Amino acid sequence: MTLLDIRGLTVRTADGRTLVDDLSLTLGPGERLGVIGESGSGKSLTTLAVLGLLPEGMTATGSVELAGTQIVGATEKRLTTVRGRDAAIVFQEPLTALDPLMRVGRQLAEPLRGKRRLTGGALKRAVAEALEQVRLPEPDRIARAFPHEISGGQRQRVALAMALACEPKLLIADEPTTALDVSVQAEMLALIDTLVREREMAVLFVSHDLAVVAKVTDRALVMKDGRAVEEGTVERLVRAPREEYTKALVTSARRLESALDLRSAP
Amino acid sequence: MKRRTSPADRANRPNRSYTLIAGCVLAGLIALLALVSLVWLPYAADDTSGGRLTGPAADHLLGTDKLGRDLFTQAMTGSRIAVEAGLGSVLVAAAIGVTLGVLSAFAQGWLDDTLSAFLDILIAFPTLLLAMLIVAARSATLGSAVLAIGLAQSAVVARLVRILVKRVLAQDYITAARTSGTSWPRIVAGHVLPNIWPTLVVNLALQFGLAVLAEAGLSYLGLGAPPPNASWGRMLQEAQATFTTAPAGALAPGILLVLLVIGVNLVADGLRDTLDPATRRRRA
Amino acid sequence: MARYLLRRLAFLLVSLALASVVLFVLLRMLPGDPANALTSVGAGPEQIAAARHSIGSDRPLPEQFTHWIGQLATGDLGTSFVSSLPVGPEVSSRLDVTVPLTLAAFVLAVLIAVPAGFVAAYKRRTWYGALLSGVSQLGIAVPVFWLGMILIAVFSLNAGWLPAGGFPQEGWAAPTEAVRSLALPVVTIALVMGASLTRYVRSATLDVLNSDYLRTARALGSSFGRAMWRHGLRNASVPVISILGIELASTLLGAVVVESVFALPGLGSMLATGIAQHDYPVIQGVLFVSTLAVLLIGFAADLVQRIVDPRLRNRLSGGPR
Repeated sequence: MTLLDIRGLTVRTADGRTLVDDLSLTLGPGERLGVIGESGSGKSLTTLAVLGLLPEGMTATGSVELAGTQIVGATEKRLTTVRGRDAAIVFQEPLTALDPLMRVGRQLAEPLRGKRRLTGGALKRAVAEALEQVRLPEPDRIARAFPHEISGGQRQRVALAMALACEPKLLIADEPTTALDVSVQAEMLALIDTLVREREMAVLFVSHDLAVVAKVTDRALVMKDGRAVEEGTVERLVRAPREEYTKALVTSARRLESALDLRSAP
Repeated sequence: MKRRTSPADRANRPNRSYTLIAGCVLAGLIALLALVSLVWLPYAADDTSGGRLTGPAADHLLGTDKLGRDLFTQAMTGSRIAVEAGLGSVLVAAAIGVTLGVLSAFAQGWLDDTLSAFLDILIAFPTLLLAMLIVAARSATLGSAVLAIGLAQSAVVARLVRILVKRVLAQDYITAARTSGTSWPRIVAGHVLPNIWPTLVVNLALQFGLAVLAEAGLSYLGLGAPPPNASWGRMLQEAQATFTTAPAGALAPGILLVLLVIGVNLVADGLRDTLDPATRRRRA
Repeated sequence: MARYLLRRLAFLLVSLALASVVLFVLLRMLPGDPANALTSVGAGPEQIAAARHSIGSDRPLPEQFTHWIGQLATGDLGTSFVSSLPVGPEVSSRLDVTVPLTLAAFVLAVLIAVPAGFVAAYKRRTWYGALLSGVSQLGIAVPVFWLGMILIAVFSLNAGWLPAGGFPQEGWAAPTEAVRSLALPVVTIALVMGASLTRYVRSATLDVLNSDYLRTARALGSSFGRAMWRHGLRNASVPVISILGIELASTLLGAVVVESVFALPGLGSMLATGIAQHDYPVIQGVLFVSTLAVLLIGFAADLVQRIVDPRLRNRLSGGPR
């Protein structure tokens, strides 16, 4: 049985440009898949299409089946029950992804109330627990803070906690570490890895960075200009890339890596 | 002020160059009327030979007023006064506003605080009341009205310029220029002004429309250009009593006024999309 | 918050002081002698001097200024040169017309603008959404006094439903008549203000619709309606509130012109008469009261905005933005 089954997904703008072109991929329960591509390759749009959240004016054709529900062409009401329960997402920019006018605790409480029907003291405890799970110190203080009062890394942990609070079958992470300091990135990746393993969740991990994807997933799909270029295990993609584009991607990642190695060498 | 637009939103926006063209046509028509009035008018301003309140006819396109003067002649003169009022006010507002704005952007510490507080107070002070006071103090002429409106608007322009300049000064290349010893006037002329002028021009176009409306309001209250200069505001005030018997006199100046203001607003909108670097990317 | 309140109050007082100095100085630059208005044509120099003495305009300017400020501090707006009546009670009786006019127009404008602006943004791809945007564009280009003239011609001269102008002698003691006289002026101001407010509501709504936090809420299973209710309303209200303060102030000023169109005995006509007669205390009184009102409105708008938006609370600077 597959959890996510995308077949022939095509996303077009109102003026007819094709941004995602005939994309297919499958993901079983508990499986992990990385999607690699430059900005503009259509990888973020693909994640939005999985949730039925494409920007206004864009249309999807083809088939996206998420936990047995056909997303393409589904009613808003149907989508509302699927979102959060079957798949939840962490976006790239944690500052704008959180409501600037609402305390962190109340924002976190929103999906808990909506998906787990918690109220009162139970809700309060669940909020504190959710914040502890993403290793946030002083959960009480964080819960009372507004998004602008905590650091970028902390905000992204809050966003992760919100996504996990829904207990989804699939976690979508759209460049979750790109907006963070390099020093915080590794921690964040390890955290996602652990929490997802504990919950046996499936992960769709989107990044422009091959090295980052390699830390979370074993299998990856390379995208360019809205098309899937190549798919395989990360190890295979790095060792024996078949397509020119993948080769170029691997070479540039290697070059960066070796430059860093040289610098850190004693 | 600058809104982030999603790719979808951008892709679906109507082509704004039509906005610019439509605005230019509207404002251009009025400007043409104003230019022609400088060299030719159908009748002299004090020609009362037309009979009173005749209504539109071949020899009097818009009819005559209650003294028998040709309304089309007045409307042409009115367009000239409106354009003069708009240009004059915007010039005053730009001259004072840009100077004050740049100075206060460069100011530091208490001087910065004082200047920005002063601008806030000026903006809080009711524009129309300020204008009425100045007009009352200097006697009612077009010059007084222009000075008053321009002064009131200069505070708005100054605050905008202050914000824009501060944003430019925070950029890295300004720091680079400063450390390499470029003088302040050179930085202003070479980096600051080229960066702020698109936003500034758009705002000044909007101020032009507001100034035209303000001048009409002042003339309506009898605080604008004195007779025999027919400002649209004064024409409307005089035609109010005879609205039902001679509607042309009460409608035409208002329609011309609305066309001019919509025209410059459209020009401002069109300019924003062609000049503003934030939206220019869209065209690339 | 207390510290902010203190700073903001200080700013208010400084603004008021500065405004009164400007007011006073500009007024003394008025051409013409107020004493002329008091004496008959051909009065001798002694009579004029006596008239000047009686109203105190022969004293040095600083003394006149401190005298005026001293009066103000005790809540006294002075005495009219022309009618010899105290300005304060006259202003407050005029406010019986201007305040209901302004507030009713303002409330009506908000009632028009909030739904209109929301629909113009949310349904911007439909013909009625585009129409609403277009009408609001037109609305900001229409001079308020001209709209008043047209409404009078249509609803009072042609249809005969409402009075063309004036206000009942008995004031609010004749409530039906008073309401009928204010109906057209209120609609006039509300339409023009509503048009410009609609544009702000539209752009604030567009910002919210394009926001990431709305997308986050929906991605985690909130319905569009719930997400708009929980997150959209507050966020959209932040820029609108700051504009509301400015709009309320300009509604008050729009009232000055509209009162003249509808021959209403409000602050506007009092000011116009005062200017014509060089009646300094009257002009000073009216302008001082309107300036105070405008500054207080700005103060209130700032305060509300600060309560709604936590990002502003950590900021120490006092002035309105």
